[in-house]
Amino acid sequence: MSAFLKLHRDDNVQVALRLVPRGARITSESGTFETQSDVAMAHKVADRPIAKGDLVIKYGMPIGTASEDIAPGAHVHVHNIVSRYTATHYRKEEAGLTDV
Amino acid sequence: MSEVWQGFLRSDGRKGIRNTVAVAYLVECAHFVADEIVRNFRDAEVHLIGFPGCFPNDYAQKMMERLGTHPNVGAVLLVSLGCESFNRSKLASVIAASGRPVETLVIQKTGGSAATIDKGTALVRDMLDRIADVPRVDMGVSDLVVGTVCGGSDGTSGLSGNPAAGRTFDRLVAEGAACIFEETGELIGCEHIMAERAVTPELGAELKACVDKAARYYSVLGYGSFAAGNATGGLSTIEEKSLGAYVKSGDAPISGIIKPGDVPPKGGLYLMDVVPDGEVRFGFPNISDNAEIVEMIASGAHMTLFITGRGSVVGSAISPVIKICANPDTYRALAGDMDINAGAIIEGKQSLDDVAGEIYTRICATAAGTATASEALGHQEFILTYKSFDPIGPACLPTV
Repeated sequence: MSAFLKLHRDDNVQVALRLVPRGARITSESGTFETQSDVAMAHKVADRPIAKGDLVIKYGMPIGTASEDIAPGAHVHVHNIVSRYTATHYRKEEAGLTDV
Repeated sequence: MSEVWQGFLRSDGRKGIRNTVAVAYLVECAHFVADEIVRNFRDAEVHLIGFPGCFPNDYAQKMMERLGTHPNVGAVLLVSLGCESFNRSKLASVIAASGRPVETLVIQKTGGSAATIDKGTALVRDMLDRIADVPRVDMGVSDLVVGTVCGGSDGTSGLSGNPAAGRTFDRLVAEGAACIFEETGELIGCEHIMAERAVTPELGAELKACVDKAARYYSVLGYGSFAAGNATGGLSTIEEKSLGAYVKSGDAPISGIIKPGDVPPKGGLYLMDVVPDGEVRFGFPNISDNAEIVEMIASGAHMTLFITGRGSVVGSAISPVIKICANPDTYRALAGDMDINAGAIIEGKQSLDDVAGEIYTRICATAAGTATASEALGHQEFILTYKSFDPIGPACLPTV
């Protein structure tokens, strides 16, 4: 079973089905990339370049806007996307950000 | 072939799956005394409910009236300090009118804590005897009201537990049950796709309006319905959490919108609008998961499906909670608190349909009397706080 699940064909992120180590392979129609950090279960990784200001798409639906350029293979989370509705409050040390 | 079990027939005609004595404090000042009474019945179905505030509130009054006449409740003991504003005589008369035994103890007139605990314990013992021979009646899925909430969500919730619960909801609705999903603050971002499922265009407009109301309300408060642990579990924004939460409503058409305490008029799928009407007051709409569960129960839910990723351990007073764990790591860590392991879907060991079938089977077993994990552990969480609502609009309910 692949370590990543793509939920909808329009998505630009894939979801980790288990803890995936840095350097693991993630494949999409844009190419094959390496994860840039450890990725915890159910966290997201970009499977193509996402430019600052682009929508992040999961379930085929927008889940927020990229707040910086995101490289393929990078962890996509609270540090690089923002809600289009209300701000996300989180505790940085517990947000599962292994790459910051 | 649908399952049939023996329910408890109330004199108002409603059918319950539990036969509980509710002990209700009517202000925080009476909470300890009521709790001491309940503690004398550790092995019986005696549950503590109550309202802590001293100021009057129409919502709290309605909620307590609905809870005191819930089909799972056979009798009620009210415990009042004496000087609080809660309208105890109206509550007692509503419960009495439903045919249930009800007694009121006023601590200031009963001789204080010790005397009230003694008297209350004797009254509850008497009530347990009186409801022991309540008539039994055939009951099936079409008699059920089932709620669903998610709490402690993470990135697995929207992949396994919530979609499996959604498939179970589809089957329950097809078999005539009334199913309720809720937390409009966690449907932000889904309002347009949800509105397309409404049975009428007018209802679709109401669905959008109540999510807009939630977005406004939470933006005034400065926080979305999003806890720190959601981010730990891989959720990044409220709209991502919402999309995962929304799928627990399944695929059935949406029949109506209810507000807390409104009982669905017939089978079908209902959205509960939990965000207060009018200007923002009294703080956050539901301060924790059990506040949502209590509102489901006040709307007649015989039981609630609770889908968790991070791992909740709660149950509830009055109606059983079936806990569905979306995350396989969490399931292993908290297996004794869980009823269903939907994490097996994440690991590729079971399909969504397998787990949806397991949830359905567990619902029928719970209705027939089997204890859920939280019931067996003795969980009886309950919380009720201040809110204010306008009545639901004319387009919100289906014609019966």
